[in-house]
Amino acid sequence: MLAEEQKSILHSGTPTQKQARRSMLLTALYIAQEQHGYLTKDAMRRVAERLGLPLKDVYSTASFYSLYRMETAGRYVIQVCDGLSCHLADGADTLIDYIRQQLGIEVGETTRDGLFTLQTVQCVASCGTSPALRINDELYENMTPDNVNRLLDQLAGR
Amino acid sequence: MAFERILLRNVGRPNSEKIDTYLEHGGYQALRKTIHEYTPEDLIAIVRKSGLRGRGGAGFPAGLKWSFMPKDSEVTKYVCVNTDEGEPGTFKDRLLVERDPHSVIEGAIIASYAVGACRAFVYIRGEFFLGVKRWMKAIDDAYARGFLGKDILGSGFDLDMSVHRGAGAYICGEETAMLESLEGNRGEPRLKPPYPAQVGLWGQPTLVHNVETLACVPHIVLRGPEWFASIGTEESKGPKIFCVSGDVEKPGNYELPLGTTLREIIYEHAGGIKGGRKLKAVVPGGASTPMLTPEHLDVPMAFETLSKAGSMLGTGGITVIDEDACIVDAALRLSKFFAHESCGKCTPCRVGTQHLVDILQRVEDGLGREGDVDRLLGLCHGIVGRAFCPMGDAAVNPTLSSIKHFREEYEYHMQHHRCLVAS
Repeated sequence: MLAEEQKSILHSGTPTQKQARRSMLLTALYIAQEQHGYLTKDAMRRVAERLGLPLKDVYSTASFYSLYRMETAGRYVIQVCDGLSCHLADGADTLIDYIRQQLGIEVGETTRDGLFTLQTVQCVASCGTSPALRINDELYENMTPDNVNRLLDQLAGR
Repeated sequence: MAFERILLRNVGRPNSEKIDTYLEHGGYQALRKTIHEYTPEDLIAIVRKSGLRGRGGAGFPAGLKWSFMPKDSEVTKYVCVNTDEGEPGTFKDRLLVERDPHSVIEGAIIASYAVGACRAFVYIRGEFFLGVKRWMKAIDDAYARGFLGKDILGSGFDLDMSVHRGAGAYICGEETAMLESLEGNRGEPRLKPPYPAQVGLWGQPTLVHNVETLACVPHIVLRGPEWFASIGTEESKGPKIFCVSGDVEKPGNYELPLGTTLREIIYEHAGGIKGGRKLKAVVPGGASTPMLTPEHLDVPMAFETLSKAGSMLGTGGITVIDEDACIVDAALRLSKFFAHESCGKCTPCRVGTQHLVDILQRVEDGLGREGDVDRLLGLCHGIVGRAFCPMGDAAVNPTLSSIKHFREEYEYHMQHHRCLVAS
């Protein structure tokens, strides 16, 4: 019986419904995160219900990946690359210091108005166009304090 | 002599990502040729003959991988396009998928035809938002023109392709971790063997290839395996995109034959060391590969020669470190990356990388304790060969290789409680 079942899966051309649902988990978590900017327990519970998965599995998977947040963050999450290449190119450290001063926060903190969170990451595959940073889903390359300043003003609606 | 641009021939054109631009410049001709002239067996023979090896880091012969896929046409088979480029110092795949996605799609369709896959999954790094959009648009356009879907170009061959966005985990570049992630799980590697060609996605035989590897395939089909094999060295054939970054005048992607020396890449193409300073060390193939020193400048960038020199070709991501940089700091930054990205599945990697960072940090801060260098070496030997997947072996390379070549700099940090370079 089991062998027959395995054989039918092997020849079926598509994963089982259960497998297909599970494979939607990463996508579902992205959608769930959009609402509040991070994954609330409620959101994860809804994902679990919709996909027919235990909540613990949803949490376990979500907590594995760094693009899912379990805590609230600013509306704009600034991630400056301080990997080796960006550091060597003499720009990353200056850039991080500059943003810290402009926003008055340390790395890992969020501005009091909830607008900006500052983080450092390693390698956004822009080593040839460093320094580089990401703000939410957008990538910005060859950054200088000047164009960071313009960017921050623009995002803050100043 | 300037080397003809093959993989990067389209990226500089306006609207290079569009299907019409690709078609204007000979796009999808290789697919037509494939379908009209070759059987799957022919293609496997052609790719074997070309000598193409994987461009994602491991360098496995592509034709051999294709031949491992079961020939049984009743079995459901898959192809996965690994676009999870996250190796520090590497930025070639992002360029290809953002600027010339159709070259990769064409390669993936040909590979799928050769191994009899019915579906291709593109797994793309979550951070590559533009890449996701470009891939999805390119796939839609390829469907609209009949290069994907049912009965491709009247051949009777069907193939579906879809994009799956990762969510920020370096380990998902490892092929079995990628399969786990595609299935919606934590991206923890699986035990090998069985290899994905036997048991892959949802247990089905799966061919996994890096973006740059697949981008080579249409050219091999159009211009022949002999042409491809005429480029490069004895064991490393074809063109390669070298990503040069760090302390060079002109960082960027340079497409050159495999076997080009580090000296030529750094000094002729990338404009030499920034500010005319002296070279100190080179990470030749991404963070996972052991550092080399100026005495290795004439080593050809090829699988076999780099391995003889004590390093690896890896992804071809060359990070150049000049004399003003602190080597302990460089090793620390690379090690921090691995400690952060360790998936946690096995203890040597999860705990070992954290200890490496702790010790490197105190040495860098001038707080090193007596015996710390040997302690670092001991830790490295405790991780190598004992981790579940190749990441553990990779994670020790920055530390091991920097101590091997620059032990005196570590000792200076310990004795003087400060950096040799800054003083």
